[in-house]
Order: sequence, then C-alpha cells, then structure tokens
Amino acid sequence: MHRAWGGIAQFVKRGWTVAAARYAGILGGALIAYAAVLLLAGKDPIRAYADTFSFALGTRYGFSEVLVRMIPLLLTAVAVALPSRLGLINVGGEGQLYMGAWLATWGAITLPSLPKAVFIPILIVMGFVGGGGWAAFAGFLRARGWVNETITTLLMNYVAPLLVGYSVYGMWRSREVGSAAFPQTVAFPDAARLPRFFGTRVHLGLLLGMVALLGLWFVMERTKWGLKMRAIGGNPEASRRLGIRLGLYIVVVMFIAGGIAGVAGMAEVTALHGRLRAGFSPGYGFMGFLISWLAGGSPLGILMMSFVLAIVFSGGTLLQITQGVPFSAINVLMAIILFVVLANPRFSSGALRRGFQRGGGRR
Amino acid sequence: MSWELLRGVISGTIMYGVPLLYTTLGEVIGQRAGMVNLGLEGILLVSAAVGFAVSSWTGNPWIGLGVAGIAGSVFNLVYAFLVVTRRANQLASGLTVMFLGMGLSAMIGRAFVGGGSKGLVRYQVPGVSLFSWATKSIFSYDLVVYLAFPTAVLVWWLLFRMRWGLSLRAVGESPSAAFAAGRRIAVLKYQAALLCGFLAGIAGAHLSVALARTWSEGMTGGRGFIAVALVIFSKWHPLRAIVGAMLFGGAVTLQLQLQAQGAAISPFVLNMIPYLLTLGVLWVWGGARRFAAPGGLGRVYLGEE
Repeated sequence: MHRAWGGIAQFVKRGWTVAAARYAGILGGALIAYAAVLLLAGKDPIRAYADTFSFALGTRYGFSEVLVRMIPLLLTAVAVALPSRLGLINVGGEGQLYMGAWLATWGAITLPSLPKAVFIPILIVMGFVGGGGWAAFAGFLRARGWVNETITTLLMNYVAPLLVGYSVYGMWRSREVGSAAFPQTVAFPDAARLPRFFGTRVHLGLLLGMVALLGLWFVMERTKWGLKMRAIGGNPEASRRLGIRLGLYIVVVMFIAGGIAGVAGMAEVTALHGRLRAGFSPGYGFMGFLISWLAGGSPLGILMMSFVLAIVFSGGTLLQITQGVPFSAINVLMAIILFVVLANPRFSSGALRRGFQRGGGRR
Repeated sequence: MSWELLRGVISGTIMYGVPLLYTTLGEVIGQRAGMVNLGLEGILLVSAAVGFAVSSWTGNPWIGLGVAGIAGSVFNLVYAFLVVTRRANQLASGLTVMFLGMGLSAMIGRAFVGGGSKGLVRYQVPGVSLFSWATKSIFSYDLVVYLAFPTAVLVWWLLFRMRWGLSLRAVGESPSAAFAAGRRIAVLKYQAALLCGFLAGIAGAHLSVALARTWSEGMTGGRGFIAVALVIFSKWHPLRAIVGAMLFGGAVTLQLQLQAQGAAISPFVLNMIPYLLTLGVLWVWGGARRFAAPGGLGRVYLGEE
C-alpha cells in the first residue's frame, strides 16, 4: 500500500509540469486555428470562446454539465488506452458503448423489481459484458491472425447503433404518447437509475471512471499482467517465445476494454436518459480515442484531456444554440488538435505512440 | 425472382457499387504506395458536400463533380503531409482527416440540407433499346458509371504496366530498396495521395449529386471504411476491386429492394447487411491475404541516414 501511494505522488510530480505545458501548447495552437475556421464560417470566435468558458467554468450548472460530459470520455479513453499497451488499436469505443447500453437496457426493462443496491451492480455488469463481448469478437479475429482489429472495430461501430435502433423501433418500443415521434423504450424503474449527486446530473459514472483510471495505472505499473502486456507491446514475437499466451491476452484485454466502454454507455442511459433512445451518443467513442491518443495513454493525461474536451463538447452544444454552428463542427477542432500533435512529433509521447508506431496497420 | 426485381437489383448494384469502386481504386493506389488511409470517409464527406454545393451554385453537376475531385485531392494532401512529410502514424493521420471531413462537410453542407439535385444526364447504351423495352433501365447510366470499369482497367495499367506504377509499387514494398534505386519516395507518395483523393472525391460527389441527389450530414455511412476493407478483399488488385465493389453494391441493393417489397424484416437489420457482409468477407479472407499485402504497408519510412 505504501509503495502504491509513493508511486502516485512520484507520478504526479514527474508528470505534472511537463504534461501541462505540452497540453497548453497543443490547445493554444488548435484554438487559434479553429478561430480562423469559425471566422471563415462568418462566426465570432472571441464571443464563442468567451461564452463557452464563462458557461463551463463560471457557472455551477455549466461546470456540472462539463463533469457529466467528461464521464463517457474518461471511460472510452481508458477503453482505448488499455489495448494500446499491447499494440492494439481499438477504434470501436462507439460501438462498444452502444452495446453496453443495449444489454443494460435489456436488464433494466426485463428484470423483475430488485432493490437498488442489487439492481445497479447487475446493470453495471451487464453493460460491461455487452461492450466487452462486442470488443472481444474483434479481439478474437485479431488473435487468430485473421482480421486486423482496427478495421473490424471501425466497421462494428456502424452495426451496434443499428442494433439499438432495431430494438428501440421494434420489440422495446414504448407505447407512451411521447414515444410516437421519438421512438424510445419505456422508462427504466427507479431502482435501475444510476444515483446522481449534489442535485446535478453528475452521476456515479464519474466514480466508475476514476476507478477505471486508477485501475489502468495500477495494472500497468504494479502488476505482472501489466509487465507482460508491456512486453507484448514492445516485442510480440519475443514475448510469445517466452511463453506468454498472446492470443489469450489480446482477447481478454479487448474484453475488458470494451467492457469499460460498455459501462460508459450503460451509465449514459441509466443515469441521464432513463430509457434507451436510438443515436444517443454524439460520438463519445471517437472522442475517447482522440483523448487517449493525445494523452499518450497515461491516466493523468486522460483525466486532463477529457476535462478539456468536455469543455469543448459543452461549447459545441452552446455554439449550436447561440451561433448556429452545427454540432459536428467540433470535429474540426478535434481534427486540428490531432493535426497539431501529429505534425509535431515531440508533442506526442508515451506508450500509445509506441503502440501506434508498431501497430502500423500491417495486420 | 421476378423480372422487375432482377432489373432493380442489377441497376442498383451498379449504381451503389460505382462510388465504392472509385473509392476502392483510390485506396488501392494509396496502399500500393504503402499508405493506409482511414481518412477516406472524411474525403468522401467533404467532396460530397463540395460537389453538391458547387452543383447547386452553378447549376451544372459536372462542374460540381470536377471541383469535388480537386477538393478530394487537396483534402488528401493533409493526410499526405502528416504521413510523408511529418512521418506521423498513418492510422491516427487517417482519423484526423476523418474528423476534419466530418466537421467541415457539416459546415459546408449546412446551407444545402434538404435541397435537391437534378442528377447527371443518363445515356442509353446505343442499340440496347432495340432488344426490349425492359432492358432500358439496366443500360441507362450517367457517364461516371460508364467510366468506372475503364477507370479500374486504367488503374491496373498504371500500376502494372507503367514505369510510374512499378516505382510506386516499389515504394510500397520496400522504401529503402526504392530509394536505393533512385526513386523519389516522397514525390511518388504525394502523387499517389493526390490520385487517391481525386478518385475518392469523384465518388463522394457522385454519391450526393447523382445517387442520393441530396445532402445530409454523415450521408456516406462508413463507405470509406468499407473501401479500406474492400482493398484487403481485392488483395490490392484494381480489377478484383470491381468484384468487391459490386458485391457490396449488391448487398445494399438487395436490402433496399427487400424494403421496397415490404419484407417483414426491420430496416435496421437490413442496413446491417453491408457491414456484416464486409466483416464476413474479411474474416473468410483473413488467412490467405497475408502475402498479398505490400511489404511496407503502414510502416513509417524514416529515410536513409
């Protein structure tokens, strides 16, 4: 226990200043470039930025909404960071998130009434299994050397929302009045709603996200599994000869990663919406990928980047309302951030980059 | 199967297969030069939006198509700059282009949501109408469709019969060997990226201007990723890409025909068919393709010291 705390303290000290300077540089550059794009589109960037920051950081409601947005970003980023240590590129966070929500919804509307203390853990497990199973399939295909996990996870991102749409428009469709225009499932029972705190929409998912981050750090730095995973990421062939079961690691790691993304989906529907709707995620999974990449897979970096991007995200909603900028325009800002990092190799660092360099996309 | 249905399936297969064929051909060229481009989705989106916007402004879909092709090329330069000049990771660079395309196309296309397009002029194959009135709709397409198969042959010719193609493939197989042989790697890769972007640009514009005849956000629906999968399926060969693209076009059409016939299957399930088919094809293909891939695919070429 002592060693663990010492490790955290050391980690914070070592990482903090360098990382903060790096992210400030990346963001500054990206914000300036995005301002130019907004100007070209005939919008007022200074007002846009001022509105966003005063809303997100200046008001209690705005700040709580940033935290709410941060939850799925944190979880999906961990879902990318974990397999990246093995040199695996999981771009399927979006699909895994949908599948987690899907299976959890099935539990929430079919299970008999249970006390909350039992129901919630069951739903968390179901969300985990839903996302995990989805990702493990891609992991299995990769482990057998059949199909590269990048392309399978990408394609499966398109299948999962369709499955959710199928269920929501079909067997699970609610007969309530409001559900005619917006197809959705019936409302979940109260016992199936994830607890929220402080009278805001901030929910238990935030805690789950923190646990996932700590878990990522602990497993990678303090366990033999982490050591073996880093060995596989560093040199798969050598690790295989050492007797590490590569295929097993790939499938299990993909399962856990997908499961974490699945919990993000489960938390979204059980805490915020209280029912399943088609297309409920505005691309959290893709953003999680971006965050993990920017953070170099480091837990502290993921925490900081998801906070920042959650602000960007809230800004996207705000600008849509106040200035009529389409919500997907924030993708441009995301792309500019990525571009700045990729064009300046010294900005990106850490295990994720090494994983990418090697993963390369050959298989 | 009724004649009506068959006719619908054949013409639909070609119409839906063609944009995918252009995209796949572009990606074949890129991957033969050693570059995996996951940004195709973004290029398709941007060129679909640009093509539609320019067609609406000028009233001439051909200008729209041409501008979209150029826009695709220019847009792919972002990818080429990151990958070739900055030596960045290819997958992340591709996703950068994808994000950029998703955002930019939404901004460009915003004014055109819900607008319509006349589409491209369709021509009959001369003589066909003599046989039967029924063959008319099968053999009536626009010029882009007629040029699709010749383009595949042209790409094959470029890659396997021209000196330029030989150099390009050498760059993709073994950059150091190509360098030693005096080939200018960066120049060739940029040329491949420009060509890839142009073909994808034509495909994107064809999607919005001629096929859907409207613009909506995210209208390409993952075709860029499917094209990447089809390149693997076609074993990096332009002529086999025809088979892959038509197979996918057939899947889309079958799904649409079943919906039109009022099949008792949910449209959501039918919409999954193309993706599941692509996954299935990749799965079955998995074992055999390893030796067909260009040797330097996805690698970062760090240059000769």
